[in-house]
Amino acid sequence: MKPVSEITVNVDELLSVNKYEVDEESAHIELVEDPSDEEFRKLVLLCPAALYKIDEDGNKTFDYAGCLECGTCRIACEGTIVKKWDNPQPTMGVEYRFG
Amino acid sequence: MSEADFDVIVVGAGCAGSVAAYVAASAGKSVLMVERGNYAGAKNMTGGRIYSHSLKEVFPNFEEEAPVERKITHERIALLDSESMMTVDFTSPELAREGADSYSVLRGPFDQWLAEKAEEAGAEAIYGIPVEELIKDESGRVVGVRAGEDEITGQVVILCEGTNSMLAERCLGNPRPKPNQMAVGIKETFELPASVIEDRFLTPEGEGAAMLFVGDCTAGHVGGGFLYANKESISLGLVATISTTAAQDKPVYQMMEDFKNHPAVAPIIKGAKMVEHSGHMVPEGGYNMIPRYIFDGCLLAGETAGFCMNLGYQVRGMDFAVASGRMAAEAACAAIDAGDTSAAGLASYKQKLEDSFVIQDLRTFQAWPETMEHWDRMFTEYPTMVREIFNGLFCVDGKPQQHLAKRMMPIVKKRGLLRLFKEIRKAVKAL
Repeated sequence: MKPVSEITVNVDELLSVNKYEVDEESAHIELVEDPSDEEFRKLVLLCPAALYKIDEDGNKTFDYAGCLECGTCRIACEGTIVKKWDNPQPTMGVEYRFG
Repeated sequence: MSEADFDVIVVGAGCAGSVAAYVAASAGKSVLMVERGNYAGAKNMTGGRIYSHSLKEVFPNFEEEAPVERKITHERIALLDSESMMTVDFTSPELAREGADSYSVLRGPFDQWLAEKAEEAGAEAIYGIPVEELIKDESGRVVGVRAGEDEITGQVVILCEGTNSMLAERCLGNPRPKPNQMAVGIKETFELPASVIEDRFLTPEGEGAAMLFVGDCTAGHVGGGFLYANKESISLGLVATISTTAAQDKPVYQMMEDFKNHPAVAPIIKGAKMVEHSGHMVPEGGYNMIPRYIFDGCLLAGETAGFCMNLGYQVRGMDFAVASGRMAAEAACAAIDAGDTSAAGLASYKQKLEDSFVIQDLRTFQAWPETMEHWDRMFTEYPTMVREIFNGLFCVDGKPQQHLAKRMMPIVKKRGLLRLFKEIRKAVKAL
């Protein structure tokens, strides 16, 4: 996969100031079994919550827990590697206090 | 028809939804508003600023009660390269004139106020429930909404689900916006005392500044940064077109990090506490991405209908949402009264939109999104050229200087005089 530029920011720390009701039971976004490098890279670049990551060994990880529910990954990759994108279950997900 | 649970069901309690619910309830209709956030605004984010003209039509005294942040009396546009920034800074009493005034807002408090107005007018509201489906009858006409096991029917459904408009796509067959028609927005909110904000932005007490950035903030790709001074916080963020961001090398959160660390930006948020990191999409395709917005039994308003406009120097969405929400409700009420809520019966919505700034402004600037998308040099060469020009003006190092024209011409010529002329001419035509 074509490398992305150096990342100096820890977005997980930034997200820790947000308020969430994380739905541990069900994922509102699901990816296909073996997402292609090319499509996955798009989501690494696009997700404002950095939920799509590639580690040093080139492994791809995705965690819906910090989702900001913007829908960008859906517009970029629904039908390719984003298999499911629904709103989180009632009362779940991000809760913006400022917005 | 009369056996429907409600006259009007509104999906989404943002600017379009709450205004639609308010207008329909005020007209005596039974209204249900369904919002997926645990309160109005809980799932929403704006840059952001609202131009007040359309809100004022619905709430003539909104300034007295609405939780707006600051009246924006200072407009700034900045060209950023990796280290430099050239800013145009403008203030005038005309910016504050009633009817032409605008306010910074935070959607958490603002949307709750707007939804309360709808409830006070008699609309019922349910929060924390996402509508999963629009229910249709055999003929394909929208007759209600489904959330979980619950089905609720209405004579007209006004769909104001925002920019990630899944119901419009999945239940009404509207096309999914293309990646070059949508941008990803990322924003952080920074807390600072009111007096510090006024000192940093050089504004009188209670007034604020809005600032748009072009250039290095989106790593030289199409998009831009924004900053709005709120009462006791600063909204700082950027917007980057999805298609181009997906094809370059820097993640959008790293763009945000670098933007925050830019030597001209870092002092603005120095010492401020970051209290929220948010993301939201922005429709940027303008007139040419407006989908079908009138269906049998259903109207679309706000961003769900693509009503949003980014001119680079002017970003508007909420005033379109308020106006279209009002017009949708008026059209729905008239159709219900006339006993025809088919698409033909609801057609006055189109006429109202066409007769107003909503469609007219989007149409006037319809060439702009495509012009901006292909104007690569606006985001790379121009900010650097401006840096060189202003360095030429202001740098004094004791070496004998040449005449200004001699200093400037090579800087401009390097970029191709004719090419610059053509690019700017094209932009001016689109704007």
